[in-house]
Amino acid sequence: MSTFAYFPHTEEDICKMLKRVGVSGLDDLYADVPADFIRKGDYDLPSALSEQEVRDFFESLALANPKLRVYAGQGAYDHYTPAVIPYITSRSEFLTAYTPYQCEISQGTLRYIFEWQTMICNLTGLDVANASMYDGATAAAEAMRMCVASCRKRNTVIASSSLLPNVLQTMRTYARFAGINLVETYDIMEAVCEGTLDLAGVIVPSINRYGIIESHDGLAQAVHNAGALLAMYCDPSALAVVKTPAEWGADIAVGDGQSLGIPLCYGGPYVGFMSCTQALMRKLPGRIVGQATDSDGKRCFVLTLQAREQHIRREKATSNICSNESLMALWCTVYLSIMGADGLRRVNSLSYAAAHSLHDALMETGRFEDPFEDQPFLKEFCLKPLFGNTGALQEALLEQGIFSALETEEGYLSFCCTEKARKEDLETIAQVARSI
Amino acid sequence: MSKIVDELLYSESHEWVKVDGNVAIIGVSDFAQSEMGDITYVDMPSEGDEVTKGEDFGALESVKASSELYSPVSGTVVACNLDLENAPEQINQDPYMAWIIKVEMADKGELGSLLNAVAYKEFIEK
Amino acid sequence: MRYYDKLVFELSREGRSAFSLPQAPDVCLPDSVSRKSALELPSLSEPDVVRHYTNLSQMNFGVDTGFYPLGSCTMKYNPKINEEIPGMFAGVHPLVPAGAVPGIRKIYEGIDSALAELTGMAHFTFEPCAGAHGELTGLMLIRQYHISRGDFARTRIIVPDSAHGTNPASAAVCGLEVVEVKSGPDGLIDVESLKPLLGPQIAGIMMTNPNTLGLFEKDIAQIASLVHGCGGLLYYDGANMNPLLGVVRPGDMGFDVMHLNLHKTFSTPHGGGGPGSGPVGVAPHLVEFLPEFGNRGELRVSGFHGNFGVILRAYAYILMLGRENVPMAGRLATLSANYIKESLKDCYRLPLQSICKHEFVFDGLVNDGARDGVPGATTLDVAKRLLDYGFHAPTIYFPLLFHQAIMIEPTETESLETLDSFIEVMRKIAQEAAQDPTLLRTAPHNTPIGRPDETVAARQPVLKWTKSN
Repeated sequence: MSTFAYFPHTEEDICKMLKRVGVSGLDDLYADVPADFIRKGDYDLPSALSEQEVRDFFESLALANPKLRVYAGQGAYDHYTPAVIPYITSRSEFLTAYTPYQCEISQGTLRYIFEWQTMICNLTGLDVANASMYDGATAAAEAMRMCVASCRKRNTVIASSSLLPNVLQTMRTYARFAGINLVETYDIMEAVCEGTLDLAGVIVPSINRYGIIESHDGLAQAVHNAGALLAMYCDPSALAVVKTPAEWGADIAVGDGQSLGIPLCYGGPYVGFMSCTQALMRKLPGRIVGQATDSDGKRCFVLTLQAREQHIRREKATSNICSNESLMALWCTVYLSIMGADGLRRVNSLSYAAAHSLHDALMETGRFEDPFEDQPFLKEFCLKPLFGNTGALQEALLEQGIFSALETEEGYLSFCCTEKARKEDLETIAQVARSI
Repeated sequence: MSKIVDELLYSESHEWVKVDGNVAIIGVSDFAQSEMGDITYVDMPSEGDEVTKGEDFGALESVKASSELYSPVSGTVVACNLDLENAPEQINQDPYMAWIIKVEMADKGELGSLLNAVAYKEFIEK
Repeated sequence: MRYYDKLVFELSREGRSAFSLPQAPDVCLPDSVSRKSALELPSLSEPDVVRHYTNLSQMNFGVDTGFYPLGSCTMKYNPKINEEIPGMFAGVHPLVPAGAVPGIRKIYEGIDSALAELTGMAHFTFEPCAGAHGELTGLMLIRQYHISRGDFARTRIIVPDSAHGTNPASAAVCGLEVVEVKSGPDGLIDVESLKPLLGPQIAGIMMTNPNTLGLFEKDIAQIASLVHGCGGLLYYDGANMNPLLGVVRPGDMGFDVMHLNLHKTFSTPHGGGGPGSGPVGVAPHLVEFLPEFGNRGELRVSGFHGNFGVILRAYAYILMLGRENVPMAGRLATLSANYIKESLKDCYRLPLQSICKHEFVFDGLVNDGARDGVPGATTLDVAKRLLDYGFHAPTIYFPLLFHQAIMIEPTETESLETLDSFIEVMRKIAQEAAQDPTLLRTAPHNTPIGRPDETVAARQPVLKWTKSN
């Protein structure tokens, strides 16, 4: 009989249970399944491994990837993870719980989500935030849907072409199937002022795909005059120092929480965030936690405003999301509790200093032009290489154990520095660039 | 036993209509509010919006349910009961006082297809 | 569990900090793009942070705490070796060229072929981050398939009335019109009701098999041939895959597209609601539309390569399970569910008597204790009383087919002793209900908080902390 570590059933147990059920063998439990469909013979899978063999297997695969120090961004940032975070998030009470349906035994989850919502509101300056989304790209797609759902009989959304490529691709996919008219352009102001009659929303980045902090003077007013909503895609770490979506007059803010200390981990799990003005509260998709009072008058927290959600609205729901990335929201919440406002500003100061130093060193090599000269950037920037083989720098750096110089669609090279940047790596990048 | 007010007209989706000249005052019946339970929010249109008979113009929400509101007549919304924004429980307390919207009717003839109190009573007892 | 009333903001003291970073000059950005408003975040020492979140965790119930028979959620044990794997890959940037991460490529190839073998699909995409996300992706693939053939009229999707609420929601988000097919008195799709719905506008049917009542749709072969016959495709909602793991493959039953919930069937932790992973598999004729395989559809449904950290854990589980243990997974889950069902059906109403799969549905108490002037105990009350006895509650009020639905799913990782003690408590609660339903109606009594006032919470929502609340 089975001696598999996760199956507690002894042979005796199985006999006892079969007897209670009134069948003579396990396969009798599948008597209602047409016999053709029952798998006969072994599955073509590897033989079961021991725990040590599993560990060895993954360790060898991990070693097969050369260890790289990261000086690239494009939506995934190599910020430092304080040791406290994995320690807290690996507590099994957090890790092995499900969605907090039974609030009486889920106050831990509900409280940290409430804290997360508060922190997202404070970072973006907006009034209300949800319990989180899958990632930044899907949060942007949900913001697009939310604009359309909030503006009756309007179906056009304008998106800035300067949004991250993967964010735009995700929005395009969602728009195509939902029948939303998604217009992509670099000249947002002109597109808004053209006066599209059924304009529902406009989505722009706070910091764009080139790392530039964009200026959106007057945009909110123009969008609101057109009867539409303004959504902004933001890097939450950068919001400690750059103008907030609320300060720009945006109605909705979205982005990826990854920059709040979540490891790169080849792209996930990350966590999307979404906040909005009070006026849009009932249109916000996803789970929301609210404060309540229990039967004894004690402060407690519950899932609230559920009448918006898919399990109640079914095909009338504006979103099909029925979960969140709770544990990753906890990850960011603990990060922000550790960093505080001063720490988060310090992260930006250090990233800024390293990125500007790399930028200047690369410009000094004479191998680049700056297509965005004099425009403000924080930790990420793009340069136009003056050498022909644009991929050569990335390849040469990989050999030095550095991942950087990502080629963009326009043929620029994208660089990024965080507080983890090492002086000697910055020198290596400039030196290699000089030799290309 | 649900309360039904004699002088009102009713739709099969449980809205009531009080006719005041060319204006239809619209709310939901006692039966509807009792089915919903404690109402937590009323989603209403804005003044000036067009509504069409049989199409939804808003929704009622309770903790665990949501129910669309269907317009019994076509026309233009001339008033919304903004008191309900902060006190949706008024619909539970007195559904026939707590009107939701007033509509300037485009075609009074549409009233003909609504149920009177007797017919509505029969309808909900079925 | 002990009630702990703090929020992190309430512990803040100016002058404390928990970060350790070198000094640096402030950023030098133009005033026009700089943040003006103060950023309010707590100022705490590291011990403050650790103690606060440890206290919060102690008001939570997880699979490691106790039995969690939440129907349709497959709360199986989360193996601890799995938790060690993601850290080995923590530093890999998602845009590193495939050629520079051969180890990661092998992982995607390995889990793809294992899932394909277990489900009878050809290949999987791993971009979707959750089950609902997988549904949406799968429906997109179905639409893309029809569109690529110039078959633009197929904009309707058939969904049974017993389906998970996400099915119609995902269909609507994908621009499909939902056509509902009724269940028969046996809880299964009524083939005769299905026939008139089929036609040239049908993109396909979404099915959960076994369905949300835990019953196997035994007419699946006929349904598949009818739907395929009208030009539609079959979508398999993998939320209920667990009883079929190692027993039956959706591909063999005729399904063209499906998703799996790695956080259900493949043992990855639910994390308080996520992160999950909802890979979508397709039959050979749809492979060209998968994001990574053909790009005929140019689909992208998330930022990078899906929740890699979750995918790693699931792969570790599959390797531990191996060819030898996989046939027992679904069978033991099914045995456990039937064992509970048979042990409680005299106290709880069992509307459908047949053998169930991994889960089943009761329709409330046989005797709810109602008498003159005393209302009886409802399903909600039974659920709340279970918390007092140290069990998580089952899924309640779903599926919608029954008014007092209690949906129980035990999984294959619970011992007979655990099942027996759950059965004993459920019987005790039934007895309590018959004698004193008020005891249940006021439960729970032994948890950090009592029942909350959800109506006030929804009427006057307080959704963030401010100094005044």
